[in-house]
Amino acid sequence: MNDIIITTLVITLIGIAVGAGLVYASKKFYVKVDEREAAVRTCLPGNNCGACGFAGCDAMAAAIVAGEAPVNGCPVGGNAAAEKIAVVMDVTAEETERHAAFVRCSGTCDVTGQLGHYVGISDCRSAVMAGLNLNECSYGCLGLGSCVSACPQNAIKVINGVAVVNEKLCVSCGLCVKACPKGLIELKPVAKKVAVRCSNKDKGAVVKNICKAGCIGCMACTKQCESDAVHVENNLASIDYEKCIQCGKCAEKCPVHVITQPAQTAAKEV
Amino acid sequence: MNSLILIIVSCALINNVVLNQFLGICSFLGVSQQMKASASLGGAVIFVITVASAVASLLYDNVLSPLGLDYMKTIVFILVIAALVQIVEMFLKKSSPSIYKALGIYLPLITTNCAVLGIALTNVQNEFNLIQSIAAGFGTGVGYTVAIVLLAGIRSRIREEDLPEPLRGAPIVLISAALMSIAFMGFSGLAL
Repeated sequence: MNDIIITTLVITLIGIAVGAGLVYASKKFYVKVDEREAAVRTCLPGNNCGACGFAGCDAMAAAIVAGEAPVNGCPVGGNAAAEKIAVVMDVTAEETERHAAFVRCSGTCDVTGQLGHYVGISDCRSAVMAGLNLNECSYGCLGLGSCVSACPQNAIKVINGVAVVNEKLCVSCGLCVKACPKGLIELKPVAKKVAVRCSNKDKGAVVKNICKAGCIGCMACTKQCESDAVHVENNLASIDYEKCIQCGKCAEKCPVHVITQPAQTAAKEV
Repeated sequence: MNSLILIIVSCALINNVVLNQFLGICSFLGVSQQMKASASLGGAVIFVITVASAVASLLYDNVLSPLGLDYMKTIVFILVIAALVQIVEMFLKKSSPSIYKALGIYLPLITTNCAVLGIALTNVQNEFNLIQSIAAGFGTGVGYTVAIVLLAGIRSRIREEDLPEPLRGAPIVLISAALMSIAFMGFSGLAL
């Protein structure tokens, strides 16, 4: 009987000592890891695409909690994620405009020609690396689909020789921007419909010869614009999305119809 | 001093914990896919086994043995080792985040590794004192690391080979481990 009591006592004491040790250690060595970090992490989409500039969603969550990244720093989650994170972090999120990738080329097979028939790996970067000049327009979309394979959302399709982005699927992660060897893709605010679908910097006469839908740098758009949003540089029109009020006057006057009209894109989306 | 080196070498090579004593096999087979992961696990095992041996030895010599509670050692060791690893984890998290990050998930994983408990019990069986227990624990950890890193190396080479269908997966790993075990038998001839 004595044995049982001693054993029980000793083991209980050891148990209590160990438990006390654990309690003490958890107080003494408490690291503030922030439940916030885990909470922020659940608000992020978990794509681990790296578009925010951090090593993944976990690193992003840590950076947000550490105050090194803004709560709206995730381009994929957008406003929805930013609002949730803002609640966790107890700050107010600034609205970010939803962006989507936009291909600045409209040189489909109907309007521009090809110099030859490409047989090889269907990848724009390989073609460029091999020094091949496939199109008459050296600035235009090759249509071999590097951006298509880069897109994690399957939002890009090559239609009639030119990559086209489905804005509804696009999460503006920017991977296609990096993938395009011609630098044709930019992240454009979705709300801004007026944009120049050309990247050719050749002189007007040259462009006219090789592409029916190329910007000839005629300045007709700049003259129309009332808000100083359209400028022609290096024979190529470009629109300042912050200034543009989307009146569509430039698009109306464009002789080669390279500027998309607000109505035009809207119709296309349907 | 000589006897300590003897203990370390014999624990690491001659009585290798995995290949001669069948302890800690599950993590040995499970985590040996990649060299890096197995090296991390090995590091964590060395650390935990060394600390656990010391604590178990102290506890046995000063509490259990004088009170005549030898027969409770298994359950007490389990309790203490589990708590110890937790405390060590908290301590590392606070004091040295880089080590904590390097050991990562493996540290708590080792709590349930039978090799840790096995060594604590073997030390008692061999009537090692505190210093000897620490040496034995360290040697055992080194032996475990050697074994798992070797197996990871073998597996990384096997992966590129064109194996017969029936051998692929677990069978070839077990065969490799068996051949390693045979090779380690060679150490038992070491005249120490």
